[in-house]
Amino acid sequence: MEKVDVRGMSCPLPVIKTKKIMDQGANEILVTGSTAVSLENVSRLAKTRNYNINVKKADKNDWEIELVK
Amino acid sequence: MDKGKWFILVTGLIIGAIAVVLVKLGNPPNMGFCIACFERDIAGALGLHRAGVVQYLRPEIIGIVLGTMLTSLFAGEFRSRGGSSTLVRFLLGMFMMIGALVFLGCPLRDVLRMAGGDYNAFVGLIGFIGGVGGGVWFLRRGFFLGRAEESHSKLGGFILPAIFAILLFLLLKGTVFNPDAGGPLFFSKEGPGSMAAPLLISLAAGLLVGFLAQRTRLCMSGGIRDFILMRDNHLLLGFIGIFLGALVLNIALGFFKTGFSGQPIAHSLHVWNFLGLFLVGLTATLLGGCPLRQLIMSGEGDTDAAAVVLGMIIGAAVCHNFMLAAAAAKAAAPGVAAVAGGPGIYGQIACVAGIVVTAIIGWSFREE
Repeated sequence: MEKVDVRGMSCPLPVIKTKKIMDQGANEILVTGSTAVSLENVSRLAKTRNYNINVKKADKNDWEIELVK
Repeated sequence: MDKGKWFILVTGLIIGAIAVVLVKLGNPPNMGFCIACFERDIAGALGLHRAGVVQYLRPEIIGIVLGTMLTSLFAGEFRSRGGSSTLVRFLLGMFMMIGALVFLGCPLRDVLRMAGGDYNAFVGLIGFIGGVGGGVWFLRRGFFLGRAEESHSKLGGFILPAIFAILLFLLLKGTVFNPDAGGPLFFSKEGPGSMAAPLLISLAAGLLVGFLAQRTRLCMSGGIRDFILMRDNHLLLGFIGIFLGALVLNIALGFFKTGFSGQPIAHSLHVWNFLGLFLVGLTATLLGGCPLRQLIMSGEGDTDAAAVVLGMIIGAAVCHNFMLAAAAAKAAAPGVAAVAGGPGIYGQIACVAGIVVTAIIGWSFREE
């Protein structure tokens, strides 16, 4: 399981960091973040890349999601 | 198309339409909303610069910040945060304003100008896309200004909204602090600064746009950036919506007029229209959002974005005090020679220097 910590990052870094790991061929990625906007953006990226999203922590200001392919 | 995409497209249509209605009610032509122009007018109203034709405490800006603050408080998204290279962001905000005033408008006004038939704005758009592309180049190489931290106190996030609330109070109360000087607050008697929709309508329009832009995360530079980065058209739909909403109403109300010359508050120096918005696109991409988005984020408690807004206001003062801002082209009138417009030599130097310094920042702040 790859881990990406995007807490405190401004747009579009959460997406860039996550995409980088995806491009390395990771099938399981745990992403941790701290804003509603980054949650939306990372989720959108995951959907376009056909990852399933398992929400581990749902607080939109302190969230954790698992992306699985 | 999913629900979110429809929502942002409709939001764009509404904002484009509101902008044209504001022009109909008195705002300057093709300037229903212009974040850079209006922040510049605010700098003038406060007496930070002496350009008498661009001084007004624009209620739209106040409305956007306060509307965002209220929306984000209700949505549970208001969080006081900051500490990500704040001074660098302040400086980039100044450069963002210099670029905008060399072009004569922020990216939002660029869209509104295109929707009014101003071909110069298309030249600006190409520059803007180039600037965003340049910013993406740095992002791909690891550009990062550092993590923002959430503060243990919410107070910091309320500072910028509170400043705007106090300015609204002063605007409504109408106190003249220095009667000999005629202000502050200073109000233009002629020129773009004297053209304004009724105060309460402007304020309401700002509040509504603040609400809509907070919910949809609307961002001009983000639309182009996300498309370049990952072919994601989500934010771009907002951009297109604003264009279409304004275009339809401009045609309906008789404001639509195509051409390079004779356009309101614009100039046809293509190189500087290109480079001006290039600088805006570059800084906006490194800062994570266009001038509108910076206002929205500061309303959500982001003190780094607030530093960008303050940088833009101070940048506007610098632009007019140091003669960096472009002049608008004017046709010859009886007894008055025609003005070609565009930035003077100082503005040209500042714009190029801004691009160079921003590129140095972009290169220096690479991680890993």
